[in-house]
Amino acid sequence: MELRSKRVQIILIICIVSLVSCFKQYKGRISIDGSSSVYPITEAVAEEFRNKHDDIRVTVGVSGTGGGFKKFARGETDISNASRPITESEIKACTENNIGFIEIPVAYDGLAVVINPANEFIDYLTVEELKKMWEPAAQNKITSWKQVRATFPDVPLSLYGAGTSSGTYDYFTEAIVGKARSSRGDYTASEDDNVLVQGVSTDKGGLGFFGLAYFKENKTKLKLVGIDAGKGKGPIYPTDSTVRTGTYAPLSRPEFIYIKAQSANSPVVREFISFYLENAATLVKEIGYVPLPDEVYKLSYERFLKKKLGSMFVNKSTVGADLIKLMKENQ
Amino acid sequence: MRRYSYTRAKLTDRAFKYVALSFTAFALGVLVVLLIDIFSKGIARINWDFFRNLPSRHAEKSGIMTALAGMLSLLFFTIIIALPIGILAGIYLQEYGKKNRLAKLIEINISNLAGVPSVIYGILGLTLFVRILKLGNSLIAGALTLGLLILPIIIVTTREAIRAVPDSLREASYGMGATKWQTTSKVVFPFALGGILTGIILAVSRAIGETAPLLVIGALVYVPFIPEGPRDQFTTLPIQIFNWTTRPQAAFIVNAAAGIIVLLLITFLLNGIAIYIRNKWYKKIRY
Repeated sequence: MELRSKRVQIILIICIVSLVSCFKQYKGRISIDGSSSVYPITEAVAEEFRNKHDDIRVTVGVSGTGGGFKKFARGETDISNASRPITESEIKACTENNIGFIEIPVAYDGLAVVINPANEFIDYLTVEELKKMWEPAAQNKITSWKQVRATFPDVPLSLYGAGTSSGTYDYFTEAIVGKARSSRGDYTASEDDNVLVQGVSTDKGGLGFFGLAYFKENKTKLKLVGIDAGKGKGPIYPTDSTVRTGTYAPLSRPEFIYIKAQSANSPVVREFISFYLENAATLVKEIGYVPLPDEVYKLSYERFLKKKLGSMFVNKSTVGADLIKLMKENQ
Repeated sequence: MRRYSYTRAKLTDRAFKYVALSFTAFALGVLVVLLIDIFSKGIARINWDFFRNLPSRHAEKSGIMTALAGMLSLLFFTIIIALPIGILAGIYLQEYGKKNRLAKLIEINISNLAGVPSVIYGILGLTLFVRILKLGNSLIAGALTLGLLILPIIIVTTREAIRAVPDSLREASYGMGATKWQTTSKVVFPFALGGILTGIILAVSRAIGETAPLLVIGALVYVPFIPEGPRDQFTTLPIQIFNWTTRPQAAFIVNAAAGIIVLLLITFLLNGIAIYIRNKWYKKIRY
């Protein structure tokens, strides 16, 4: 018995030693968290970055834009992914903890409004009509497509959209209803866009919204709806070019990363951001988002090097914002 | 009259048998459909590279190495934390503790804790381990949270296993002049060990599938590194699977199915070990 327990001890020690010796020395760590819409971009960058610098640990979490900012304000992360600009209360939380941040836009994303492919009566929708179905007053009242437009048949209307904790919801409500975080509550909400795809594709009177990338992967199951912003341009479909030029208004939105000012001094983070902005255009395209104009990436890098703190969107909406102009004003 | 009620009882008997049979068939049927669905989608994806690759945005290149390593290290620490506390608490409550109203209250509370939704443990872990103890979203914070989660299960099964030890054994031991400690450590504990181990393995198989509390305490999604120590950030297989199912590309669903197969196999393996230990132990002990 004595001998056996000694043998067990020796085996245990060997195991522990061999485990410990597997561990590598890392030059630095970068911890990133935040929006699930920006996640694919940052993940792609981190993956490519690792191929070049496998001694720098980059980890990415998905806590949602708001959840990410909460951690960011506590100083727990170096970079926060965000699908909307930081809000005033979040800025306040950062200031209280002495966290400064650099705001950098990394991509455009078009929010696709989709319906069931069997739906023949919808040719396009206006922003007014979208507002009519989504505003808080529509709750339990607007339940049929006939109420949206008189020429539509009396088909039950069912809505699918992002959950209230996501930046996508914030943006959509701000762009359509006119006030962020205000909408009817009786719609199918999910943080998982595949659930929304599934819902709209099996519901004849369904309408949903989510990032263009999810439509691109599910083209056969869904039908895209053109949006008429009421500016005389007629209905416009989200494509790479209409999203980039902002013609697909008001549902093209910029996606951001926020970098902690203290972390921006670290050579590891500098390396990562420089890599991010150099490769963003290619990678963003690859994963189905729309790259920003090259000039914006250049301006962003300058902004990062200069450590220009603060948000460009204080008291300003991202809906219809001209990024190049805004960034030049804010350099 | 009597004859009538006899046939009626027989009829009821037979009817109940078929109703029970059809419910069992339904439950098994659902399970079979699920398994066939998962296996047909994922089995072709499982190869050596799937185990060896890092997470990736390309579904075909993506693998579970770091998720699997994260999950196994998490379980390792969870067991180290929950095992001694759970077993000792169980032994104390059953062998040493006084059987008064307080003991009864504690017993009821422990049983209740075993039924608390896991996400509640996540919130507790977030406040206590991540924030107050400043452990961050580390392996050790995750392990402590999961440890709390499975602690009631271990305590309850330990108590049950000890309760099953016949009193005649204890009395015989005392009769030989053994002390309480000698009786507990040399007679009661070895006899109950089979049951205790089974309980532990079942508790661990529960911990393996947990996602909600880990997401709450801030387990990450993209972790291309194997954790180096207890203070390191981590991801686990269920989180990886969850992330894959939310991707727009259909190829990730195949990955998710393959990941689920691996997870199922590990759970089956653990349950198999539990049954094996139980059978072996009960054969071995003959007084």
